[in-house]
Amino acid sequence: MNGFLNIVSKDLRLALRQRSDLTMAVLFFILTAMLFPFGLGPEPNLLARIAPGIIWVTALLSVLLSLERIFLADYEDGSLEQLVLSCASLEIAILAKVLAHWLTTGLPLIMAAPLIALLFNMDTEAITILLIAMLLGTPSLSLIGAIAGTLTLGARRGGVLIPLLVLPLYIPTLIFGVGAIDAAMNSLEAGAVIANARPHLLLLGAILLVSLLITPLAGAAALKQALE
Amino acid sequence: MSVFHRFANPNRFLKLTNTVLPWVSGITVVSLVAGLYMAFFTSPPDYQQGESVRIMYIHVPSAWMAMFIYTSIAIASVCSLIWRHPLADLAAKASAPIGAGFTFLALATGSLWGKPMWGAWWVWDARLTSVLILFFLYLGHMALMNAFEEQERGNRAAAILAIVGFVNIPIIKFSVDWWNTLHQPASVMRADGPSIDPSMLWPLLIMGLAFKFFYLAVLLIKIKSELIEAKLRKYRRAMVDSA
Amino acid sequence: MGKSLFSGENLTCVRGGRNVFIGLSFHLTESSVLILEGPNGSGKSSLIRILSGLLRARTGTLTWQNEDATNEPEIFQKHIHYIGHRNAIKPVLTVQENLSYWSGLDQNDTDLDKALDQFNMLPLKNTPANLLSSGQSRRLALSRLLASRKKLWLLDEPSVGLDVASVKLLEHVIDQHLLTGGSVIFATHSPIDVKAPTRLNLREYSPLYNNALINLDDEEECWV
Repeated sequence: MNGFLNIVSKDLRLALRQRSDLTMAVLFFILTAMLFPFGLGPEPNLLARIAPGIIWVTALLSVLLSLERIFLADYEDGSLEQLVLSCASLEIAILAKVLAHWLTTGLPLIMAAPLIALLFNMDTEAITILLIAMLLGTPSLSLIGAIAGTLTLGARRGGVLIPLLVLPLYIPTLIFGVGAIDAAMNSLEAGAVIANARPHLLLLGAILLVSLLITPLAGAAALKQALE
Repeated sequence: MSVFHRFANPNRFLKLTNTVLPWVSGITVVSLVAGLYMAFFTSPPDYQQGESVRIMYIHVPSAWMAMFIYTSIAIASVCSLIWRHPLADLAAKASAPIGAGFTFLALATGSLWGKPMWGAWWVWDARLTSVLILFFLYLGHMALMNAFEEQERGNRAAAILAIVGFVNIPIIKFSVDWWNTLHQPASVMRADGPSIDPSMLWPLLIMGLAFKFFYLAVLLIKIKSELIEAKLRKYRRAMVDSA
Repeated sequence: MGKSLFSGENLTCVRGGRNVFIGLSFHLTESSVLILEGPNGSGKSSLIRILSGLLRARTGTLTWQNEDATNEPEIFQKHIHYIGHRNAIKPVLTVQENLSYWSGLDQNDTDLDKALDQFNMLPLKNTPANLLSSGQSRRLALSRLLASRKKLWLLDEPSVGLDVASVKLLEHVIDQHLLTGGSVIFATHSPIDVKAPTRLNLREYSPLYNNALINLDDEEECWV
């Protein structure tokens, strides 16, 4: 546990000292989302209808930009070797790195999402569901992305490879993330909002659990072979 | 382990390949000719889809192979990671392009079939979409395998990716089905169900068999050429070292 | 001679399809130094990585304190401290933060100051690491040895970038470590003066330098 917190706090401190990394994902998120009204026209109803998809897709791309950061610097400066040698459990260490990544990428995206939602004319109930869905979904993005981050260490053009490896695996999260908000927006009575979105949210939770299981195992195997 | 041990050395594997390969190739050719003949001449046209139903005899076995080969790669990857046997790596490496080829064939024939059926080259039908995602999984696997200076690292990274991808396939399939039922009205393609007529079932099965043996034949040839290449590399290295 | 600490028998290392060394054996007792020598490419770094458990040998056995550890590097991994070519230093953190992170020590721990002091790094304690020279970075990496207190030190070219005075500091630290029952294995090209070292020359085991070994590897097992 001590090691876990140690890793998280160090990564957070590093991120805070290099603030440009921290703000880049959020800026990218907001700017890309802002492009859509220019491409599709300013009609409020249309924007409100496609907002969930736009927010999720841009959030996904923003996460993608930051995935290489999780392990690459540590790999290049030798910290990763020390991490493997000094940690009691590599799996726990990976979860710590992923948590730090989520806190510095996923969480800022969640905080920026309501802003975009308002620009796209989404109503408050839908925004609530959007936030819950993102809280459940973005950790999965960090977890699945971390696997790609470990697998591409030392690869030629690792940064270009990551999207190819990760995007197919992101599709379920995207589907249920958007599905939850769509279901909420389509429900006519006020009370049914949560009930309609519920199955989607539960499935997002299930994906999170599966990712929590797979990432430490696959990540540990990948890190070990990357350091050989 | 014991299975591997039986042809645990390359020379014995090469010998085995040389005896098996003519038979495998023979079965491939015979079943392919028979299957295609039945598909084009003896099987009846569909009473709704007409002659275009014959695309099925390529499309469906290709889709089977797409899944079958990905499963084989996942199994080979498990073997490679646990026993670290080079044969498993060679099999995975040789399989990936064949699998990607069949997946592409399934997508292309699906698109050709879709034009008369749906009136469009591509619709976001749940099954087609899943196969498309599978195609990208193949591409990712192949790209990762070739992304390293050391082939061994590429093999191992790709093996981990293949297993992760395999675990994810049911999740992807389920989510795409779910997404499709939410967004699409019932598709135009009618469900044939299990009541497919024997006159159509037989050519389908024979084509399936032909594709399986085709895969096996190409796999053996590719592994064989990799082994010969490895030998050449080795001799070349020995020459450099002794020079 | 003291008790046996770490030994290896018949180790063979393969990298990129090429045998780096073949049939290498070594023996290390407690409170002793083993110096790895040999020309470039003879596998010193690879051997050190094998001994740290990061890399697996293709053949051979490793024994840690009379316990077979060939397939369980965890047995010895918790007793070793490995310092490779790279210093594992984060440029945006200060010297003190860098050290305390890896040692798991409290920032105000006196041991931390002592460790820095031994390598004459105490005046730079609050300097961001991106301002350090390469020699200072190396000293910071080496001071981790003192903060983590492991039994066996594995050092790959520890004196790279160090000036004469700093090499003296390193020699002193190694001597101290031996006195307290520790052991050291290091690879080096430049002389580091320590008490009663055993030497292992990897040239003898390298097919690159020893023609007698070229045809030793088994033709039959050539897969890739």
